[in-house]
Order: sequence, then C-alpha cells, then structure tokens
Amino acid sequence: MTMDAASAAVLPLRVRLAMLLRCFAIQGVWNYETMLGNGIAFCMEPALRRLPGGRGGDAYRQAMARHSGYFNAHPYLASVAVGALARAELDGVPAVQIERFRVAAPGPLGSVGDRLIWAGWLPLCSALALLAFGLGVRPLGVVLIFLGAYNIVHVGLRWWGLQAGLTHGLRVAQSLGNPVLRQGPAHVARATALVAGIALPVAAQGIIGPGRVVLGSVLAAVAAGATLVTLLHGKIEGWRLATIVLAAFVLYSVVR
Amino acid sequence: MGDALLFLPLTVLGAVLALDVVSFPQAMFSRPIVAATLAGAWVGEPDRGLAMGVALEFFALESMPFGASRYPEWGSASVVGGALFALTPEGTAAAMTAAALSALLVASVGGTSMVLLRRFNAYWARQQQARIARGSGSAVVALQLAGLTADLTRGALLTFLGLAVLVPLHEAIVASFTMSPTVSRAVVVAAASAVGLAAVWKVVHTTPLARWYLAAGVAIGMLIAAGLM
Repeated sequence: MTMDAASAAVLPLRVRLAMLLRCFAIQGVWNYETMLGNGIAFCMEPALRRLPGGRGGDAYRQAMARHSGYFNAHPYLASVAVGALARAELDGVPAVQIERFRVAAPGPLGSVGDRLIWAGWLPLCSALALLAFGLGVRPLGVVLIFLGAYNIVHVGLRWWGLQAGLTHGLRVAQSLGNPVLRQGPAHVARATALVAGIALPVAAQGIIGPGRVVLGSVLAAVAAGATLVTLLHGKIEGWRLATIVLAAFVLYSVVR
Repeated sequence: MGDALLFLPLTVLGAVLALDVVSFPQAMFSRPIVAATLAGAWVGEPDRGLAMGVALEFFALESMPFGASRYPEWGSASVVGGALFALTPEGTAAAMTAAALSALLVASVGGTSMVLLRRFNAYWARQQQARIARGSGSAVVALQLAGLTADLTRGALLTFLGLAVLVPLHEAIVASFTMSPTVSRAVVVAAASAVGLAAVWKVVHTTPLARWYLAAGVAIGMLIAAGLM
C-alpha cells in the first residue's frame, strides 16, 4: 500500500511546519562521519509517521534506517532533499531509486547553497549592516537590518526547498535550475563587492572617529594588510595573522 | 566587574549564540555584529557593544561556516569581546585592542572545541548505530537532542571560562597600556579591515566585473567617510 502522490504533496500544514522547524536543527549532531545524515532522518520523521503501519511499522523503520546514513549538503538547501525524500518514501518509490538520489543530490545542493549563501548573501548582509553602522544607524537598527535581510532569504529558502521537494519528489533537480539559484550568486557577488567597498572606509571611520590623518593612515594600512593576507592565502588565515599582530602590539604597549 | 552574577547571564547568552553558529537555528544571531551588540546591551552599553561587533565582523567575513571546514566560533567569542569592551569605561586606551584580542583568542579556542564536539558526535552516533540501523525513530531523535545539548553546554563553558580567564587579563592590560585610545582603535580597525577586505576580495574576485564594483565601492566609501568627518 502506498500513499498517492497528491496526498503526499499536500501533507497537513502542521506536519510541514514540524518538518520545517526540525530543519533549523538539521545540523544538531553534525559530525565528520555521517555529516548531516542523522539530521535528514530527524527532519523527515514527522512525515514518515504517515507511512503504512505508522510510527514503528516496518516501512517507517526501513525509511528511518535508510535516511540516517551519510548525507552532506548545504544546511539550508538540505530541506530540498528532506522534502524530496519524504515524498519518495510516501509515494513508495523503490529503495534503489531513493539511494541513487541520496548519492546524486549532495553535490548540487552543497555547491549552490555555498555560493548563494556563504559566499554571497551572508557577506552582503554583513556589509549592509557595517554600512548602516558607519552611517550612524543606532544599534537596534543595525541588528534588525542584518537579521531581517539575512533571515528573509534564510527562512524563505528552507521553506521553499521543503515545498519544492514535497511537490516534485525525486524530480526536484529541475527546481535547482531556478534562475535565482543559477544566476543569483553572480549578482549577489557584485552587490557584495560594491556594498562592502563602500562600507569598509565608512565603518572604519565610524569606529576610529573624526580625523583625516588617522583615517588615511588606517586605510593605507588596510590596503597593505589586505595585500599581505591575500598573498599569504593558504599559508595562514588572516584572523590568525591579526591575532599575532594584536598580541605583539599589546605586548609592546605594556612593556615599553 | 569580576562578578559571577554578571557572568551568569552572559554565559547563558554565549551558550545560546554558540548554539546558533551551526546547530540551531543558524539564523546568524551569532555573528559578531549581533552577538557583541547583545552583550553590550546586556551590560547597558549597546553602542560600545556594536562598535566591538563591527570590528569583529570584519574578521568574521573571512570565516564562513562551510560544511566540514574548520573556522573560529564567533558566537561566544563576540559575547566575551563585546562585554569586555562595554564594561570598560569610555576613553580607556587599551579597551578595544584588549577586547578584540580576547575575542580572537576565544574564537580560536571555540573553533577547536567545535572540532572536538564533532568527534564526540561521531562517537555517540557509533554508540547508537545498532538502534539506528534497526530504524529506531527515538534513537535518531535522542541523538539529535544529545548533540544540541552538548553544543549548548560547550558554548556555556567556553563563555564562562573565557570571561573568568580574560576579565583579569583585560584589566591588567588596561592598567599598564601606554598607547592612546585613538592608536588602540586605529590598530584594531586596520587589522580587522585588512582581513575583511581580503575576505571580500577572495569571495568576489572570480566573478566578472566584481573587482570593479569593489573598487568603485571603496572610492564611494572614501568620499562618504570624508564627508562625514
């Protein structure tokens, strides 16, 4: 007995919301062996209770065992896989097809998410918040600008991914061809470059206060430091280098 | 300043924000610009917390939470840095340098603690492997909750120990620092902005035209900064 496709796609709202809520904790037990694996099963679990035999039935147990193994993807776009795999299980898709999807999906879901969010949207939102600070926005405003901008996309992406997965099942790959996901990262990277470029001197001036000579010296040091950090890329991370510089500066200031 | 009653709420804040870094809900409450501002607000100085958060945010631009990569943990580190800076009176020379250094040290230790936690998570998963392989839903849920609890505990311990160790060190540095407040801030801003600029370059330089957008942005930013002075 299998659940028909239409009913799988329209799981009750409370089940979808339970899955969405669990998606926020999908990395709760992230580790170097199964990575997101346990989290995927954890997120699918509310839907899998609707399999024949219910919670604890054979279908439920087989599905839980299948989905708690190794899986890796971007945590936000993993909701696409959660939805697609839940739909496949509820539709009674053969295990071999489900396993094929589990092998094929992580690559695209990881690379698209990394480029769009970690290398795109998050730096852009940081730069927006830095610029807001530099322009004199109050602390609450800066925090709200950052969290509001970031989480509209964050929460929206998780919800969209879950819905897309539940709607299309294992054919969800076509959703990754969405123009926002394909062309979005390049547009976001350009916006990040522009806003971060504006934010850098403005925010720096916001911290050190008035004084053209000081700001000029700082910006010259920033250019030299950024060049050094770029040249040393792969040898030492910039924040570690900065830690050494600041420790040396503090030591000099204390003992001189 | 070394009051345990003050440490307790900051420890809770650090724990919750450390949890946000990866485990739940990864909504970026843990980014320095938010976390340090919250810590500053908690001790009654949101503006100083934000200033510290801005400096740390430049550093954090370099380390995004890419999957299995190792990166500093900014949630609890920003709480420690934001609180230390906010608790030091306005105009204190070493305040920003010492607080930023403290935050960077906690971020480094925090990154290591996340690696250890991930190894523990793998160990716990192996312990539950037989039940999970039989399809036990309760084992999957229990494992997930254990990981979340362990991460919360990690954040609390890190924040508390960070404050306990670094508050006295911060006070000692502040007492014997010989540079001016302007130089102190300028050095932190220069170091942080250099890391931030290099990070932005690393992210965008492969995108067509993005380097020109960055150059245009810096030029516009310098004009705005000059106008604001």
